[in-house]
Amino acid sequence: MSSIIEIDKLSHIYSPGTPFQVTSLDSISLDIKKGVFLAIIGSTGSGKSTLVRHFNGLLTPAAGNVRVCGIDTADKKQRRNLWRSVGLVFQQPEHQLFEETVFTDVAFGPRNMGLTEAEITERVHEALRLVGLDPLEAARMSPFCLSGGMRRRAAIAGVLALKPQVLILDEPTAGLDPQGKRQLMKHIEEFRRREGATIILVTHDMEEVALMAERVAVLNRGRLVMEGKPREIFSRAAELTAIGLDLPAPARLIRQLRLLGKPVRTDVLTTAEAEEEIARLLGETQC
Amino acid sequence: MLSGISLGQYIPGDSLLHRLDPRTKVIGVLAAAASILAFANWQGLVLTALLTLIALLVSKLPLGIILGSLKSLWLLLVITFLLQAFLTPGTLLAVLGPLKISREGVFAAGEIVLRLALLILIAFLPTLTTPPIKLTAGLESIISPLQRLGVPAHELALMMTLALRFVPTLLQEAEVVISAQRSRGAGFTTGSPAKWARSLLPLFVPLFAGALRRADDLAVAMESRCYRGGANRTRMNALKFSAPDYVVIGVTLAVLAGVVALRFI
Ligand SMILES: Nc1ncnc2c1ncn2[C@@H]1O[C@H](COP(=O)(O)OP(=O)(O)OP(=O)(O)O)[C@@H](O)[C@H]1O
Ligand SMILES: [Mg+2]
Repeated sequence: MSSIIEIDKLSHIYSPGTPFQVTSLDSISLDIKKGVFLAIIGSTGSGKSTLVRHFNGLLTPAAGNVRVCGIDTADKKQRRNLWRSVGLVFQQPEHQLFEETVFTDVAFGPRNMGLTEAEITERVHEALRLVGLDPLEAARMSPFCLSGGMRRRAAIAGVLALKPQVLILDEPTAGLDPQGKRQLMKHIEEFRRREGATIILVTHDMEEVALMAERVAVLNRGRLVMEGKPREIFSRAAELTAIGLDLPAPARLIRQLRLLGKPVRTDVLTTAEAEEEIARLLGETQC
Repeated sequence: MLSGISLGQYIPGDSLLHRLDPRTKVIGVLAAAASILAFANWQGLVLTALLTLIALLVSKLPLGIILGSLKSLWLLLVITFLLQAFLTPGTLLAVLGPLKISREGVFAAGEIVLRLALLILIAFLPTLTTPPIKLTAGLESIISPLQRLGVPAHELALMMTLALRFVPTLLQEAEVVISAQRSRGAGFTTGSPAKWARSLLPLFVPLFAGALRRADDLAVAMESRCYRGGANRTRMNALKFSAPDYVVIGVTLAVLAGVVALRFI
């Protein structure tokens, strides 16, 4: 598989040359393959949001370089057009809605792409249905009258309507209820299946990572400290806890059982796997 | 674009200037401003410039930041200089086509630019070296005698503290909103004035909505802690003059007196 984002020794400095200088990314190298579902994890302030802003050219490297879809983000002209292929859903996107109706807000991106009215309407409807909002109602509703969760979905639809090749979501499920989280993850999976898009998910929710991601990148204080399959990453529990992260709850449960001397597999990640192990364990002890 | 530091933002430090009582700095700035604007002839200006230079050195602020505070006003200084230099009649120094530069013009231009630059530098010194909260506490204490005349000193100071407190927050929020709308292809710079105004909506609607939300939250937070305006409030860190404050006030007033003397004697 070919790479869609290639990051080579990327460093980023906020407010360089002032007393407030912060090195938020420090020599990060990472290859993101086309079509992959990558999760980026790391404690607060580790540089996750800064990193993903390099992927659609909002920030440019202080050192090193980033190539997205073959485009060097240091190239000013081409960087301007990256938003067409790389969709970025910001942290708390519901605060960025501005139009009078949900429909026109979702249409903002497609309109900027210069599509025809018919195409715009089609894309908006598709995006709204994808996140579980009714397109006909959306044409009448003001985004400011919706509940927080619905506003979040409307804002995400605004990016999905761009049909980006790479979809980046910065903590999209933070602050949603468990069902809302599951639904949103399903919508994202559905978008991925339909468009064959590359998904980059920034999250603090380890269960999400275990359930969805094919690759995981772990940041700590602006450095990339691990990269690999979820199972590999979560097998390094001690290192993760040392940098303020944790295992998914099912994995913690199974590890506790193991510590109690029960004969369980240790590489369990998801609830389904944990259930299976516990069922097996109960079955064994009963016989 | 909006990143970096904003004009006159507090730079933490431990110099004599940082440690002075905020009231001292306000009094010092008022004295210096009075001498620059009202009294100084060119000898007085040199004297004030010396004082400013000493203050800058004592503050230990990085040179880049001091010049940075002048940066956005460079154009103003240059234009002022050129206008003065070209438009003052007198002994000819040089002729550039239709433009004539006179000796008197150059002197007058130099003097006015020096005045402006000094004024800007001095005005920024307190904000550069004092945390906003302390500065407003100082201002409050200075205007509090006016309370008897019905001036709501505490409320004014609170408003100022809050405004100052939220400037960086709003700037940061603006940056996020701009980035987010850029990611959906917003351009904030192109087109006719009407188009341009409309292109700012995606920035200003979320920004105002955010500011209102914040104001609401803040009001609730303050009320739930039983905040009531100025009545009988005391400070956790009471302001206190110490020896350096008296010395600095003494020196600035002496310089002011000197400037007045140079002018009228
Ligand atoms: N606009 C900015 N100006 C200066 N420093 C910043 C700015 N944005 C972020 N930083 C700093 O850069 C570092 C990384 O921040 P970043 O927002 O990328 O972290 P994060 O991993 O996304 O955290 P969170 O999980 O809280 O969202 C932090 O130390 C932060 O203080
Ligand atoms: Mg973040």
